[in-house]
Amino acid sequence: MPAHVERTELPGIGVRHDIVTDQGRRLSVLNLRDGGREIALADEDDPDRASETIELNDDEAIALSEVLGGSLILTQLAGLREQVAGLSIEQIPVRADSPFVGRPLGDTKARTRTRCSIVAIVRETEVLPAPGPADLLRSGDTLVAVGTRDGLDHLVRIVGGS
Amino acid sequence: MDHGALVLIEIGALILGIGLLSRLAAWMGISPIPLILLGGLAFGEGGLIPFSAGEEFIEIGAEIGVILLLLMLGLEYTAQELVGNLKGSRTAGLIDMLLNAAPGALIALLLGWGPVAAVAMAGITWVSSSGVIAKVLQDLGRLTNRETPVVLSILVIEDFAMAFYLPVLTALLIGTSLVTGTISVVIALLSVVLILYIALRHGRFVSRLVWSKEADVLLLSVLGLGLLVSGLAAGANVSSAVGAFLVGIAISGPAAKHAQRVLTPLRDLFAAVFFLFIGLSTDTRELVPMIVPAILLAIVGMGTKLLTGYYAARRAGIAEPGRWRAGFALMPRGEFSIVIAGLAVAAGVDRSLAALATAYVLITMVVGPLLARIPDAERFKAATRRIQANRRAREAAA
Repeated sequence: MPAHVERTELPGIGVRHDIVTDQGRRLSVLNLRDGGREIALADEDDPDRASETIELNDDEAIALSEVLGGSLILTQLAGLREQVAGLSIEQIPVRADSPFVGRPLGDTKARTRTRCSIVAIVRETEVLPAPGPADLLRSGDTLVAVGTRDGLDHLVRIVGGS
Repeated sequence: MDHGALVLIEIGALILGIGLLSRLAAWMGISPIPLILLGGLAFGEGGLIPFSAGEEFIEIGAEIGVILLLLMLGLEYTAQELVGNLKGSRTAGLIDMLLNAAPGALIALLLGWGPVAAVAMAGITWVSSSGVIAKVLQDLGRLTNRETPVVLSILVIEDFAMAFYLPVLTALLIGTSLVTGTISVVIALLSVVLILYIALRHGRFVSRLVWSKEADVLLLSVLGLGLLVSGLAAGANVSSAVGAFLVGIAISGPAAKHAQRVLTPLRDLFAAVFFLFIGLSTDTRELVPMIVPAILLAIVGMGTKLLTGYYAARRAGIAEPGRWRAGFALMPRGEFSIVIAGLAVAAGVDRSLAALATAYVLITMVVGPLLARIPDAERFKAATRRIQANRRAREAAA
């Protein structure tokens, strides 16, 4: 179930987004009008009050969102599956016996042969979003592909080497 | 020395002086406005060093300062935000007005200044300083607190109410007879409604009219439009400040954002000149007898704001500690109170009114932000938690 995000306008200051976690803690992200941003954690004794406020500059905010976002891409894609009719998502493992281990992604010719897009490569704990045709595939990678059901089945067979 | 050189020297020394005062204020961690007011008092009529040659500049600069203060305030808000807040927090806004306008009106009547001065004083004690309060909330790390939207919506409603209050006050200040007075009030309010309608329905058109990617073009267009509408508004007896405020509201989106950026330095300069002007034109000999009434008024006025904030936060479902935080945060009065006093005295109301307003603003602006820290003290937190626990126990028993 998606978390409930509450949006509050702060006239003249900016916009605040609140997320209340399962454990009842309130986490706020404040986007200031002048471009700055703060994150704050609500006090446990007094949930109306922020016990700690941290200012983030642009680079820090990007870094934080990447750290959090990387692990979230897969979850978000799973959500997409339910939203768009006729479009599916498949996580395709690159096994050690696949003909494409050590070869660039472009060699699979996924787009021309199956009309599927490979939107990310998951490698151990890392996520490579929007990989290019020159990115080399390794054994153990997982390809995240979007396309029609038939196209994806075809792609699974291609990557598997059959 | 010829006159031109003397004017430059005086103005230069003044602005440099304001710069030093602002530096001192930053070091003390307070708003520079009270220090600038005090500086003006020291150099003005009855002060230490009389000041003459740059008077004309200061006077016109002060007028532009008021217009810029309101133009920028208008730019902060969109018409939709104003109307939305008005719908959501109407009751809190009304309570705020009744509780906080009353002490001012009463003291004006007690001092025998007449009903028009009572309306002016009502405004002076009613309006909190959105500038100072926003700064305090930021400094105390309360922007993400849940009571903060409550505080802000009260400020927004007050600022919005000024769009109607100022024209009425201006009309009352000018109005000679009941009939002409009523007519000018009606004309003033109709003009406000008309401009507001344009801002709400055709704000995008106004924004497009002034929009430019070039900073200088945008600056000149927005400033020009603001001054022009202010002048027209003053001509129609609506008060120039309101004209500027409404222009600010009508401009929205990227135009408002960039206009804010380019106008901020100008606002800082002319607003400082305005506060200095108020200090300069307040006679220190008039200030002394007003000190005791100002202190009493400040105590009552801060008390009524505390009640307002507490009540508004309770209505919004905020727990005990947050209610106190909202109440304490609302205490500082500022630029609007001074603007009102300036208007009133320019129209010939008892000059002591400006002295009282200046002292009142000085006290609330310095003491308010200090008091705002009280609810963060451990002892205070413990006390509010006890109140809350007792209340829960009573409710459970009942």
